[in-house]
Amino acid sequence: MTLEIISFVVFALLAIASALLVITAKHPVVSAMSMIFHFFMLAGLYLTLSAQFIAVMQVMVYAGAIMVLVVFAIMLLNLGDEGKLRSGFNFRKLVAWFLGGALAVQIAVLLSNGALSNTAISEKASELGTAQVIGGELFTNYIYPIEIVGILLFAAIVGAIYMAKKNLPTEE
Amino acid sequence: MILDYIPLFLTVIAGFGLGVIFKLLAEYLGERRGTAVKSSTYESGMIPFGTARERYSVKFYMVAVSFIIFDIEVVFLYPWAVKFRELGTPGIAAMAVFFIILLLGYLYEIRKGGFEWE
Repeated sequence: MTLEIISFVVFALLAIASALLVITAKHPVVSAMSMIFHFFMLAGLYLTLSAQFIAVMQVMVYAGAIMVLVVFAIMLLNLGDEGKLRSGFNFRKLVAWFLGGALAVQIAVLLSNGALSNTAISEKASELGTAQVIGGELFTNYIYPIEIVGILLFAAIVGAIYMAKKNLPTEE
Repeated sequence: MILDYIPLFLTVIAGFGLGVIFKLLAEYLGERRGTAVKSSTYESGMIPFGTARERYSVKFYMVAVSFIIFDIEVVFLYPWAVKFRELGTPGIAAMAVFFIILLLGYLYEIRKGGFEWE
């Protein structure tokens, strides 16, 4: 039990630290790399919750695939002078502060009324989080969502082709 | 529970640690004699020209998006594959429908030239 608390605290602190680095780092590539580190720490947090499959997917999909897209976005967006991005107070920042504040209030309310006090993990959690159990559930009770995911990915292909090929004649 | 993952953590730490150790060893043991050629961007390679902040072709974006879509497709194969025998024919049918939908997307991408470089 104490080992779980220690590992949770280590992962949580490192996750918060790397998340802060993501938004404060001046260089976008440093942000991207700390985001990868953050995803690994999140995978560790999932392991403390006995969610093995989610932890592996976190590393494979987010630290792998999604980060490829983030790095590509940094490359494609062609940021000239990163210093220019450090803008002063504007409307977008006001909205960001408002939304962040709303989230902080929500978390504070949840913590104060004890909604999050029951943090015990089910004894069966470590058996439920495996790929076998998730596979058994996905392909028996959740067949329709799986097929809808297929259609969603199909739509993503069509959308990507439409956006990429539309721009082809204008370049070079 | 978390104790089961100690081998995994050790592997990650050993993998990361080896990289750091080799880097530090190379820095400590290696000799450094910087010359103008050595400090160039691509030593003994091409001579760099222009700025690195050119606009990139959208072709790179297509590669990235295709990778992500088919990576996510493969992710769904893992829970299916480990449960393959128990799921039987309905499992194969469910996966076949999933795959045919994405195969259509794949064929569409080929037909539209999404995989072509030019």
